[in-house]
Amino acid sequence: MTPVKLYPPKPEKVYFFGTCLVDLFYPEAGLDGIRLLEREGIEVLFPEDQTCCGQPAYTSGYQQEARAVAAAQLGLFPEPWPIVVPSGSCGGMMRTHYPQLFADTDLEEQANEVAGRVHELTEFLVHVCHLKLEDRGAPEKVAMHTSCSARREMGLAETGPALLAQLGKVELVEQARAAECCGFGGTFAVRHPEVSAAMVEDKTTAIAEAGAQRFVTSDCGCMMNIGGRFEQQKKPVKGEHIASYLWRRTS
Amino acid sequence: MSAVQTPGVQTYSPREFHRQAHDALGNPQIRANFRKAMDGLMTKRRDSFGDWELETLRELGANIRLRALAKLPDLLEQLEANCEANGIRVHWAEDGDQACRIIREICDAHGARSVIKGKSMVSEEMHLNAHLEEAGIEALESDLGEYLVQLNEQTPSHIIMPAIHLNTDEISEIMHDKTGTERTRDVDYMTAAARAQLRERFMAADVGVSGVNFAVAETGTLCLVENEGNGRMTTTVPPVHVAVTGIEKVVEHLRDVPPLYALLTRSATGQHVTTYFNMISSPRKEGEHDGPKEVHLVLVDSGRSRIYQDDELLDTLRCIRCGACMNHCPVYTRVGGHTYGTTYPGPIGSILSPHLMGLEDTKDLPTASSLCGACGEVCPVKIPIPDLLVRLRRESVGEGRGNVPGAGVKRTRKEAAAWKGFQWLATHPSAWRAGTSVAGKLKALMPAKLGAWTDYRTAPKPAGTTLHALVKRHQANKTHEEER
Amino acid sequence: MRARDAILKRLRERADGPLSAPESDFAVVTHRGWSQEERLARFERWIASVHGEVVHTPRETWTEALARVLADKGVRRLALGKEHPVAAEARRALADAEMELVDVDRDIEQWQREQFERVDAGLTSTRGAIAETGSLWLWPTPDEPRLISLVPPIHVAVLDADTLEDTLFDVVEAHGWADGMPTNALLISGPSKTADIEQTLAYGVHGPRELVVLVRHPAATEEQA
Repeated sequence: MTPVKLYPPKPEKVYFFGTCLVDLFYPEAGLDGIRLLEREGIEVLFPEDQTCCGQPAYTSGYQQEARAVAAAQLGLFPEPWPIVVPSGSCGGMMRTHYPQLFADTDLEEQANEVAGRVHELTEFLVHVCHLKLEDRGAPEKVAMHTSCSARREMGLAETGPALLAQLGKVELVEQARAAECCGFGGTFAVRHPEVSAAMVEDKTTAIAEAGAQRFVTSDCGCMMNIGGRFEQQKKPVKGEHIASYLWRRTS
Repeated sequence: MSAVQTPGVQTYSPREFHRQAHDALGNPQIRANFRKAMDGLMTKRRDSFGDWELETLRELGANIRLRALAKLPDLLEQLEANCEANGIRVHWAEDGDQACRIIREICDAHGARSVIKGKSMVSEEMHLNAHLEEAGIEALESDLGEYLVQLNEQTPSHIIMPAIHLNTDEISEIMHDKTGTERTRDVDYMTAAARAQLRERFMAADVGVSGVNFAVAETGTLCLVENEGNGRMTTTVPPVHVAVTGIEKVVEHLRDVPPLYALLTRSATGQHVTTYFNMISSPRKEGEHDGPKEVHLVLVDSGRSRIYQDDELLDTLRCIRCGACMNHCPVYTRVGGHTYGTTYPGPIGSILSPHLMGLEDTKDLPTASSLCGACGEVCPVKIPIPDLLVRLRRESVGEGRGNVPGAGVKRTRKEAAAWKGFQWLATHPSAWRAGTSVAGKLKALMPAKLGAWTDYRTAPKPAGTTLHALVKRHQANKTHEEER
Repeated sequence: MRARDAILKRLRERADGPLSAPESDFAVVTHRGWSQEERLARFERWIASVHGEVVHTPRETWTEALARVLADKGVRRLALGKEHPVAAEARRALADAEMELVDVDRDIEQWQREQFERVDAGLTSTRGAIAETGSLWLWPTPDEPRLISLVPPIHVAVLDADTLEDTLFDVVEAHGWADGMPTNALLISGPSKTADIEQTLAYGVHGPRELVVLVRHPAATEEQA
């Protein structure tokens, strides 16, 4: 459980850490996140040398490699601005695991300092920006999939749904076992593909049975997994990163 | 429903996790049995904590277990001294084989031919039944679930509900085949039949073997938690009672027991309490009319003192064996307990079995988790199970502290080189940008099949451009607008 | 080296150094502050939820209630002690009933099969009960041995309402359990049960199928005093 977190007042500037999945597969989601922040009058700093938080190596047990990759990110946020990450998974890595990764090393202090500034995007929009949204989209039934890292590691089960609840024409449908993992789990999906497949099968079934026309998530790993399954099933349910969804319906 | 096939002797191995998972996933009966049971257990657990201050209670549970571990050698000596003073004979075993020999010697000393057993996972862990059978001593399980599993020549698929993989029809068929009862869906009938069958065995048993839920150092008391009464029968009816437990099960004070008991029953089955809480502090005393005349306690190490050496791994030993981690695990729910091929399945098994069996045999277990965190979230003593899974992944690829048998067994030159490559790329930003940009441009050349991923999902295609590039363009546009 | 010494040595010479033991705050398992009525209501609700039957009776006429329960259940042979006031009063009251009173102050070896097969019910006293979980607590004695509450198909337990306490922790502390435990201490919360066949509850798998708790209430005047 994450300890109760005290949120800063809305800052002048933030750093944006886009994550590798967004960079490579869903860049629009990253840009939409930046736009949402900018619309709130915040200047968004995008450190050009950012690559990956190191999580894939970390969860695979490749500790040294993960530490080297993480160390390369630590220096990218020199000023005390909050660091916003459009992913609960990468955010959790930086907030929770960076301090563990660098414990008893020269970078311990810096890692703790950086970790303390990391916020997941929806968390930041709700708790720091106190974002108010005006829905301009058409009526739609939507299912929210909150990633396990956002839900459990970062304690953010409520922020995504809270934002969607502000969209007047969006009906947030209730899916069976909403808190259950979609089966992505990074390299888990590759190492245990059949188990992972059984999990995503159940997730797509739950979303479809809830009558959703679309599912929205704050993590691109889950989106790739659930969306990829829907696509292969040739089901019309489309996935969208919550940043894009919010931006699209309110701009 | 048509009659089910009763399978022959089934053996499972953690080495065969993938094959066993494949079989389980393809078995609709197994899938349905586990899904239904786990859904029910999750709901019951949630309801049972109701108005309790759950987080405060979990904090206390973790704290009691930590304190017990911090004082472990002292508490074990205190437990031993108090048990001996009460007349309970205490034995120590380095491993399961030694523990089996100790129990067999106790049996031999009494000329025992028949042993009745209460539920004990440690006895499963050390294969006590097989050991006794080899010595010509019959060991019969008396917990209904264990009894059914034993009739079916299987091992338990869950640490609390051993027969959870079987449904009513399957159980009816097993009982019909093995004990001659009528085929029925009447659970009361089957329960009554088992009662009658086992009562004879309780009366005839020479020795009762049980586990221990909590061993209280300050009083030399063995606590057993159960619903059926078979635990009380096992520890009261035969003339000799042997309790067997891991060395980590000790707690310091009697007052440490109520919070752990409250956590255990609610976490395990969502019960506010079990039918029986049985606290044994001595054999039958002079003037008493029932209860065993001899009580033995066998303390088994079997790798636990090795886990104990390491600050991080130590948390594994906090476990009170409630099974909540498996009930909430999306992997366990789908593949069931046998797939793991270990005595302890599910998340706790994946962080415990490598220490008991070595990583050579269990290397696929720490990766059999999406790290979704559900296990850690419900653990009544707050074991950071996901972190420990990652730690064991580290050990298995040789990047841990080497404190687990078989450390490094999963490291392959190819995979290590791939992660080194990832490291190089992710620490060379310009190369990274060039690489990701190229990946996008070459998306048409991406293989349509990305290994296992695309068997079930459409392959993700790199976007035509990267976020790095988009941000650059976005910032240029803004500057441009501002200049205008 | 003996296993004992080798194990203890490894634990004492811990590689990562000695561990520090945290203090524990037990507030969450005590200080419920329930009134007697609340206690009774909770006790009854919980034990009833697991098929325990509760029969209320004034203290002075409790043996009549007992006789009714036994008659309702068709009990012909009742196992019970002799010395405990509960047993002694029950024996006096049932002396003329058409019921065989089975002595239990015999070593089990002499009458095991009789106990397993020819006793309809066991009667025991209780030392108290726990409101939070609907549990009785018993310390079996030579007068009321361990198996009386387990082997017969019906267990009738006599509970004085004023011995109800809030939580198990409270009982353990208030009665100084740690100062001296009996051979066997028991909490009993309902009849024997199992859910091992596809999560379907069934009662009486190894122990009693029925548990009847006779709750004895003090007379109104006594209560006021």
